[in-house]
Amino acid sequence: MTSLVPGEVRVDRLRRRMITVQIIGAGVILALAMAPYVFEPSITSQWIKLFYLITLATAWNLLAGFAGMVSVGQQAYIGLGAYGVFVFNDLGLDPYSSALVASLAIGAIAFALSFVAFRLRGGYFAIGTWVIAEAARQIVIRFDSLGAGRGRGISDYTADPVMRNLFTYWLALGIVVATLIGTLFLLRSRLGVALQSVRDNEVAARALGVDVSRAKRIVFVLAAVMAALAGAVICLQQIGVQSPSQIFSVSFSAFMVFMVLIGGIGTLEGPIIGAIVYYVMDLYFSQMGLWYLVVLGVLAIAITLFLPQGIWGALRSRFDITLFPVGHRVVATSRPAGAAPAGPGEPRPNRTTDATAASATTEG
Amino acid sequence: MVIVNALVQGVLLGGLFAMAALGLSIAFGILRVVNLAHGEIMTVGAYLAAVALSSLGVDVWVSLLLVVPLLGVVGYWVQRLLLQRALTLGELAPLLVTFGIAIIIPNALIELFTTNKQAIPTGSLAVRSIRVADGVSIGVLPLLTMVIAVLLIAGTQQFLARTRSGRYMRAAADDSDTLRLMGVDHRRVYASAMGLAFAIAALAGVFFGMRQGGVTPFDGQLMVLFAFEAVIIGGLGSLWGTLAGGIVLGVAQTLAGVVSPELPLLVGNLVFLAVLVLRPTGIVRSKVVA
Amino acid sequence: MTALLAAERIEAGYGDSRAVAGVSLAVEPGEVLALVGANGAGKSTLLRVLAGAHRPDAGRVLLHGDDVTQVRDFERNRLGVSLVPEGRRLFASLTVRDNLEIGAGSRRTGTWTVDTVVDALPMLGDLLERNASQLSGGQQQAVAIGRGLMSNPEVLLLDEVSLGLAPIVIDELYASLAAVRRGGLGIVLVEQDLERTVAVADRIACMLEGHAVLEGTPATLTRAQITDAYFGHEVASW
Repeated sequence: MTSLVPGEVRVDRLRRRMITVQIIGAGVILALAMAPYVFEPSITSQWIKLFYLITLATAWNLLAGFAGMVSVGQQAYIGLGAYGVFVFNDLGLDPYSSALVASLAIGAIAFALSFVAFRLRGGYFAIGTWVIAEAARQIVIRFDSLGAGRGRGISDYTADPVMRNLFTYWLALGIVVATLIGTLFLLRSRLGVALQSVRDNEVAARALGVDVSRAKRIVFVLAAVMAALAGAVICLQQIGVQSPSQIFSVSFSAFMVFMVLIGGIGTLEGPIIGAIVYYVMDLYFSQMGLWYLVVLGVLAIAITLFLPQGIWGALRSRFDITLFPVGHRVVATSRPAGAAPAGPGEPRPNRTTDATAASATTEG
Repeated sequence: MVIVNALVQGVLLGGLFAMAALGLSIAFGILRVVNLAHGEIMTVGAYLAAVALSSLGVDVWVSLLLVVPLLGVVGYWVQRLLLQRALTLGELAPLLVTFGIAIIIPNALIELFTTNKQAIPTGSLAVRSIRVADGVSIGVLPLLTMVIAVLLIAGTQQFLARTRSGRYMRAAADDSDTLRLMGVDHRRVYASAMGLAFAIAALAGVFFGMRQGGVTPFDGQLMVLFAFEAVIIGGLGSLWGTLAGGIVLGVAQTLAGVVSPELPLLVGNLVFLAVLVLRPTGIVRSKVVA
Repeated sequence: MTALLAAERIEAGYGDSRAVAGVSLAVEPGEVLALVGANGAGKSTLLRVLAGAHRPDAGRVLLHGDDVTQVRDFERNRLGVSLVPEGRRLFASLTVRDNLEIGAGSRRTGTWTVDTVVDALPMLGDLLERNASQLSGGQQQAVAIGRGLMSNPEVLLLDEVSLGLAPIVIDELYASLAAVRRGGLGIVLVEQDLERTVAVADRIACMLEGHAVLEGTPATLTRAQITDAYFGHEVASW
């Protein structure tokens, strides 16, 4: 191993790339925000679905891909987010503010629930989140004011369907943009580095003083808020909830898993690609009925086993590209004198003929 | 008397939950795999029994002779072909694979059989009961379920402790690499353990179907949660703990049912969450059996 | 003459690092071959290659002259190669008896049974029903050796038998090795402790940084030669 002497290296946080991303990103966001003035409402209202799918996929990826927590219970927060719209709307807020206020309230609920869910790890954490989602649904349907088991509509809503669509579109766009930007900055922060160290080796991260449960708890709450916002958008778009079992359905978790897996788990770009793939598949194949879900399940298994890095991961390892600057690389600013460079790709001293060369031999 | 009756029914219901939990416990204890599709395997078992009943015209007990070994073989190959590969890919992969299976099965069942309940008739067994006292009677089927659950747990315990295959399974749980050095292919051991878990799940699924008079595609999602709750309440890794956990869950549900017929599932879930907060290691303290 | 078990120009490593660099050696029936060398010399990796637990990058492993390089660890055990791994690696939740019986997993028949193993390793006598996790280090090592014998191997590969044990315990273990040497059993012994290996070995091979640098019998090698090879002061090319 070549030893790197402090002062001879700098840590490149990819600041240059960050600026480029900011400029391009701002352009894309602006274009999307103006889209309703260009395209028919029937088209832009379709995009709302894509926006909340990306939000959901990003949230699940943050949980599983970056913090190592496989949840199959995010539908708890989707459902609560949708029902939260009713609660605050009934208290007199307009539906859009209700969505935002509800998501904050659900963040607080998720914070409390994290103390329950974090009693479990790995696969048992997964089923534990599922139980929480079931319990949430069973509690919600106890309330007649929320339509009990029948679902209900939003009572106080903008009458004009065009304005309604427009506002919902902008809300969904704002949510997905906030989700992506928030996730990008989160992962670039100290917390993001801590999280990735937890995912790679929780024991070692703890030993190095990373406050593991704090880092996980923050992600757990953020992912719940994102799911709640997505749930609120679903509720706004459908002007209500068709049935509690639909909005609290475990199928949402299946979609999230599928999107993240096919796009590429543990990357920021993957869930976006996965959401687009899923969105397109949904447009063309949803008339297959439930066989469509069967196909999704089969694909999810196949990707897990045979393409574990997903579409984005495969592209990235092939062409060495990234869109979003997450992480950092260590760049040597001057060669340490005397020591031979042993960076990847550079010719290494042939140890098989040079027995005196210090070798990094490890013995099992 | 209503309360006493509910307690008795709850304890017996616990036998069913314990039976459902046993396979989950075996898979986790030996392979460290949390099978999210465990409930769906139970559902498949019940569907196969229902099909055997209606198409072959056999008795439900005869159908068990077909269904249980069949799902055991399926479990063996699911492990060999899918999960074994997933295990080498890290912690997430087995979970995601079993979740994929959990999504495939109910949707395929709806397409194949509709959402209608497929009947699993048991003749007079479902209605027969033994009167113990005024207002307290014990159903023959729940009693039989409890007896079989206890026998299964005891049998599994003995199998793991006394037989060569059982020893291999415990050794594989400890250190599969070293087991290979002993001339034993750990993949076969794992696959046999998963086969055992699937077979017991199928049996539990058929008993669940008998209790409900049939099976629907959605039952698996319900049952995997019951099974899981029984495992956690009882204490991870303890086989007899699953029985204790099942009984706690069963009693909670039947007592809640006395208050309102809509409450059992919610109260069951809340009791589980409460146990998780108050006694995270479960109610039975025992050394890990496998 | 074909050796019992032979390594031919084995190269092996982990990722980019090369632990074994072109080593050849052979063990004959009834022979104790000691493989000595400092920590990190590649001894354990070579032993794992011989057992099939580590895939070599190049070279061949021959058993009775047959190429078994591609034969996996559990199948190689069935052919008569038994590795007692570094760190004992007992099945902690099982009893000593269960550990021994699992050692017979290859179902090879021969003179080694639980009873004969206890005869050869008397310290196991009272421990059979104890849990493996309750044993002392020396007792665990004795179980590990016994477990390795239970498959009635033709070659026993012993990795770092004395690691972390008290001298008196090591003495006892080495004394019982004499009882273990019977019926033409070949032994490859990896050890850092020169004194003891020289005492029991028929032949000594010394490894330094992945290379076999010295080989000979205790009678023909001088102390200075061995220590030089061990520490690499003067690298004799082989």
